[in-house]
Amino acid sequence: MTLARRTFLASLGAAASLTLVSPTVLAKTAGSKKLLFIIQRGAADGLAQLAPIGDPAFAALRQKFVEEAQQGSKLDSMFALHPSLSRIASLYRRKEALFVHATASTYRERSHFDGQNILETGGERAYQFKSGWLNRLADQLVKRDAGASALAIGDGLPAALRGDFAAASFRPSNMADPAADFLDRVGRLYGDDPLLASNLQKAVEVSALAGESKAIKKRDYAGLGTLAAKLMRGPQGADIAMIESNGWDLHAQAQFRMGVQLDRMDQMVDAYQIAMGQEWRDTLVIIATEFGRAAAINGTAGTDHGTGGMMYMLGGAVNGGQIISDWPGLRQNDLLDERDLLPTLSQEAIISDSVAAHFGLDPVTTRGNLFPHVADRLKIPQIIV
Amino acid sequence: MIAAEIAENRFGLGAVGRVSTVRDVKMALKRQLRDFIARPPAIAAVPDAKTISRMTGEYLNGLREQGIIGKPVIDDSNVTAAQKRKRATEVQKHARKFFGTSGRDFYAQAVAARISTAVSSQTPFAERLVHFWSNHFAISIDKSPIQSFAGSHEFEGVRPHIMGKFSDLVKAAALHPGMLVYLDQVQSVGPNSLLGRLTNTPRRKRKIGLNENLAREILELHTLGVNGGYSQSDVTAFANAMTGWTVTGLSRGPVGRYIKTDNSYGETIFADALHQQGRVVVMGKNYAASGKLQSLNIIDDIARHPATAEHIAGKLAQHFYGDNPPDSLKRRLHEDFMRTGGDLTSLYETLVDSPELWEEPVRKFKTPWEWTISIARAFPDRELYRNKPLNFLRKMNNPPWRPGSPAGYGDRDVDWVSPDALYQRVQFANRIAHGLRDLTDVEKIAKGLLPASLSKTTRLELQRAESPRQALALLMISPEFLRR
Repeated sequence: MTLARRTFLASLGAAASLTLVSPTVLAKTAGSKKLLFIIQRGAADGLAQLAPIGDPAFAALRQKFVEEAQQGSKLDSMFALHPSLSRIASLYRRKEALFVHATASTYRERSHFDGQNILETGGERAYQFKSGWLNRLADQLVKRDAGASALAIGDGLPAALRGDFAAASFRPSNMADPAADFLDRVGRLYGDDPLLASNLQKAVEVSALAGESKAIKKRDYAGLGTLAAKLMRGPQGADIAMIESNGWDLHAQAQFRMGVQLDRMDQMVDAYQIAMGQEWRDTLVIIATEFGRAAAINGTAGTDHGTGGMMYMLGGAVNGGQIISDWPGLRQNDLLDERDLLPTLSQEAIISDSVAAHFGLDPVTTRGNLFPHVADRLKIPQIIV
Repeated sequence: MIAAEIAENRFGLGAVGRVSTVRDVKMALKRQLRDFIARPPAIAAVPDAKTISRMTGEYLNGLREQGIIGKPVIDDSNVTAAQKRKRATEVQKHARKFFGTSGRDFYAQAVAARISTAVSSQTPFAERLVHFWSNHFAISIDKSPIQSFAGSHEFEGVRPHIMGKFSDLVKAAALHPGMLVYLDQVQSVGPNSLLGRLTNTPRRKRKIGLNENLAREILELHTLGVNGGYSQSDVTAFANAMTGWTVTGLSRGPVGRYIKTDNSYGETIFADALHQQGRVVVMGKNYAASGKLQSLNIIDDIARHPATAEHIAGKLAQHFYGDNPPDSLKRRLHEDFMRTGGDLTSLYETLVDSPELWEEPVRKFKTPWEWTISIARAFPDRELYRNKPLNFLRKMNNPPWRPGSPAGYGDRDVDWVSPDALYQRVQFANRIAHGLRDLTDVEKIAKGLLPASLSKTTRLELQRAESPRQALALLMISPEFLRR
């Protein structure tokens, strides 16, 4: 710890004189594995992202979307990855990407907000847990590697990172940093207020780590990917980070917007992968959404809320080049409520076992900590190399 | 002094200059509910929905004169059906474009009106309630045509209705054209409606039909709440009943071509031709086919349902008390709502009379919006905003009418307290304080604003500050000024 603290202070430079609470967040030594969790808020359409073009019922359900799906990267006789995801498709060919299809959390209603809460907090019911599973994972790691750290990149702390573990958060900004003396005074102002004190402390630390590259343009998704890598690389970087991706709730005229959304995500992942350099080998990126969308197109060329969807596992740490799916089919009788793709794989079990394998944690303990309601007899295929 | 401070900060939007010295603070708060002006001058000066509709028509006429879009078809003889279709679609395309691009100006004007109304308001308790309901029925300019609707949604769809019955507020806010566009109702068509039957011919590849987005969010977010006991079949039934509600002049495709909306753009109408005729069952109750009335009857019923009362009581309690409001407070509000059938003024008076809200002075973290407005009110005679508040609110992810989802902006501390968010406030306070001249006694200002809650620690740091300017920045980000 002493050593870690010293490394950390050195990196702070001028701001190191801060009289705030003792730094722990980004000061770390052990463990070189990295986890980036990207949440697609709004229920990203699994059947559009990874289209089951080999399923005979697909064409009738998706009508005019089918043509575009056919132009995607054909990964096997059944599935084609959306044409806007060409960079992720090449990761797949390099065996650094795998996809899970017909998966969902235990949630079976269709509210975004409850669905996201369950995906982020790991409860069986929405709002059952106050803390998020990434936060509890960080807690589990820090017990082993004293300096483990977690970071949200974007706007504020998402539910997955809230909890007892003090996670940092960083948002790109072009406002000037206040002078160290002023921050010292603010630190004293928060002397009796532990909540504000610890938040300020972490902000100052990450700001120092981000250095000059703090301001990125609003729609610069590659820039965001590069920045995320910068904040995660090396022993100073965060072990766990999360990025929120919005705009997936495409009820109407979905086709064009979906292409834009996926292109942005593809750019971000690509830039992140390049900027992680050697450490990409030790990285796991999970991209998940709260639930899928109805199998059939609705009356306004979009899709309404559904159930089963898909999930991405990317990174050098991944046993890539495979699609993990127990495909339920798309005939009327195969669908859940005659409407949605039937989930056949537990999203929570897959996330839990993957991160446990990735960080070398005991899978049973990890499930008990992250998603306690998911039975440990649920077995999942090998996802981490 | 504590009561006066609570009245200003927790119920209101922050003291103007200093906490007022009214004796009966509860009475004064209740009087605000009566003195509230639904259409103050700043808001009356902003183009309303009718004006925007007229301006859109003028813009389209301009395009017609320039030959950019075709003239309206009067004589049918020389025009083929395909040409008519194309011409009709052109109009909607350009109308939508106008709503998006000119919308930037409409939005900026509406934001300025909202800010100046809030900053100068003498009925800040009522203003807070406007902001609360506007966020409860959130729409977002993330969808670009919403820029033209955002101001009118709050100023016409919410503001005039916040003192009446909740069911009337739901109808005004949820059927406002901004909401119909935002949650995709505009294009929802009954599959067996007249238009559905005409359009969905066997050879047509893309069928038109139902979009259940708005119906679901009315149940989940606006009324019953997510645990309100409705099922998917209630959502679908309600969505069927809602078909027909649409907006003039903006819809693309068959809806746009079919709906006759002579020179009206962006106004709510009920088009029988889109409506799925038939009986529906929602929340166990039968609703006979009655066109437009069917959905209105459903809204009337769900708006006074016990689950709605519980949902609204919980949200209001949280807004005024802070995270985890006590059951006694929620129960009192719930009972009031049920007893009056959702009379909102009665609900607000019950809030004022609730002892739980008069305990300790600071508890809840201000949102960036609340914080910014409270700063502007605290220093009324100073030009604090050379940097324009909207820019800052954008950076803080809390500009008016731009939440990331129809659930609106979060209303719990965790939604706004995070390292990055706090750091931005520190940066912002530092920056605006630097633009100030001739401030003298900041400690005195602090005592005037926070007579009861100003802490020793804060006072000490204000005294120690190297300049009045720095002291002012510290006051703005002090633990007590960040909360309400």
